[in-house]
Amino acid sequence: MNKWESNRAWLLVLPVFVVVAFSAIIPLMTVVNYSVQDIFGPGNRVFVGTEWFREVLSDYRLQDALVRQLIFSGLVLLIEIPLGIAIALTLPARGWRASLCLVLLALPLLIPWNVIGTVWIIFLRPDIGLLGVFLNSVLGIKFDHTAAPADAWVSVMMMEVWHWTPLVTLLAYAGLRAIPDAYYQAARIDGASAWAVFRYIQLPKLRGVLTIAILLRFMDSFLIYAEPFVLTGGGPGNSTTFLSIYLVKLAVGQFDLGPAAAFSIIYFLIVLVFCFIFYQALQNVATGDKQ
Amino acid sequence: MARIDLKQIAHSYEAKPRGDEDYALKRFDHVWQDGGAYALLGPSGCGKTTLLNVISGLLAPSQGRVLFDDRDVTELTPERRNIAQVFQFPVIYDTMTVYDNLAFPLRNRKMPENEVRARVHEVAEMLELSADLGRRARGLAADAKQRISMGRGLVRQDVAAILFDEPLTTIDPHLKWRLRRKLKQVHERYRLTLVYVTHDQNEALTFADQVVVMNEGRVLQMGTPQELFEKPSHTFVGYFIGSPGMNFLACDLVGEGARVAGHEIRLPPGIAERARAHAGPYEIGVRPEFLRLNRGGGDNALPVTVVDVENLGNFQMAAVRLDGRTVYVKLPEGAEVPAEQGSLDLPPEWTRLYADGRLVE
Repeated sequence: MNKWESNRAWLLVLPVFVVVAFSAIIPLMTVVNYSVQDIFGPGNRVFVGTEWFREVLSDYRLQDALVRQLIFSGLVLLIEIPLGIAIALTLPARGWRASLCLVLLALPLLIPWNVIGTVWIIFLRPDIGLLGVFLNSVLGIKFDHTAAPADAWVSVMMMEVWHWTPLVTLLAYAGLRAIPDAYYQAARIDGASAWAVFRYIQLPKLRGVLTIAILLRFMDSFLIYAEPFVLTGGGPGNSTTFLSIYLVKLAVGQFDLGPAAAFSIIYFLIVLVFCFIFYQALQNVATGDKQ
Repeated sequence: MARIDLKQIAHSYEAKPRGDEDYALKRFDHVWQDGGAYALLGPSGCGKTTLLNVISGLLAPSQGRVLFDDRDVTELTPERRNIAQVFQFPVIYDTMTVYDNLAFPLRNRKMPENEVRARVHEVAEMLELSADLGRRARGLAADAKQRISMGRGLVRQDVAAILFDEPLTTIDPHLKWRLRRKLKQVHERYRLTLVYVTHDQNEALTFADQVVVMNEGRVLQMGTPQELFEKPSHTFVGYFIGSPGMNFLACDLVGEGARVAGHEIRLPPGIAERARAHAGPYEIGVRPEFLRLNRGGGDNALPVTVVDVENLGNFQMAAVRLDGRTVYVKLPEGAEVPAEQGSLDLPPEWTRLYADGRLVE
């Protein structure tokens, strides 16, 4: 093969380069550009180095939002993953019932995110909302997500779990259906209990889809914006101000583009690092040889 | 270890079977002797696996009873029947070590850990898995995984029978013989009842003392490999066993003999007489191994046209035409084959007569 022919391979990957450049590298460089300069207007900017980074890192509101965000994402994973698997285990394996269940489960996933916030605002209203009236008037529990931070958290969590657990369920369900019958038959012959079947057959076989589920749910919940913004607006006070809500306040509300850009980069790195850790951990669970 | 009786067993996957064709297993009786090595041979979809699952208890038969040593186990789960089964694809518990895999059935039965250890080491020794006991099972080769599945059956000392459902399908050819030899050793050592499902006749014939041939949900014949070869009780068995299978030629009965394509040939004495008690159509069957091809004449011969001769190393395979049908003849290496016209010799002692597909004896 001559040199031209082997170099021609580079031309074949050129379209990918172009797409990646426009989809990721160029927008990211714009952000980097903002994060290291103080821009007053066109042609009027000052290089400030790492000043914005130092500023946002020492911002206590940002630190609070980060802690809130970590707690939120942690809770999301702790609730949605086990719950999603549990629901998947109880679904019928085949037949029209299976199809019906899957369609019903997938409904929350089909609703636009800001609509979900609106749906839950109405659902939770103490005067006309189904759940709000039920809690306040029937059970006599005082519940108002616009007044009490704890109620706001419970509301956001309920909405999040309702919205996204079906995704975990669908993934886990697909994983379960892919397990050959012979495994269950062998387990019956070996006298395995239902728990042992779950622990030694189903869970290990779900590792692949659960890796995807955990990564998706972590990223999505860590970047959550629309639903809590619509439902609580980050309040009451700052109690449900998550990172992206704070970021938007910074960038759009206060027009502090420099700090917002610096913060965006830090945000991006946090997500990247966490995903890397999760991925590595989940890979090692299965491949780690005891020897 | 146990003798397994199947009494009037039939199974259909339909809730309300209408006719015979809805049955994956058609009603029959069968006995598997204690300590026997059986192969269950038949084409795909003939009901072998269904039969195996009925024995193991994974499937409750629609009709009939399953007895282990005269004890009715029809309603019992596989676990209670104490049976072991090895599947087509190796089933291992991925996250466990080889040791834990082998110990799993015993631990589920709450055996004390020191006994578990003794059993696992004994079986691992037998199956040449001792060196791998500490390793994760998922990293092993397919044949080692199949040995683990087998080991999970063998660790239970009192296991009634081990059932194999085409266990060599996913194994590389060069490892097959090793695993098959291991199976034989296991059988010789433990004298367990083994039932081995396969669609590969070589596997069946080398592994088993008794081969059971099935087709379309029926057991057609059970016998030693030699019996199946020399006296197939059904045309399907003759055709299915052997490579190529038995040659069959339509015939009429004439006195003590048969007329094939206008030529009369002799049959073993008394056969034609007995065949008249059964309805036709009649066919004669001769193995390619027993046929001889001559230039002409011959004692009990039919005139044929030689179509093709293939040299297959240590033997030759000749295809000849007789009245529009192809007959295969297996000839020794170097035997002279007539160029075009020849005569086909049918030794009467190896010529079988079939009435409506069944052997006349």
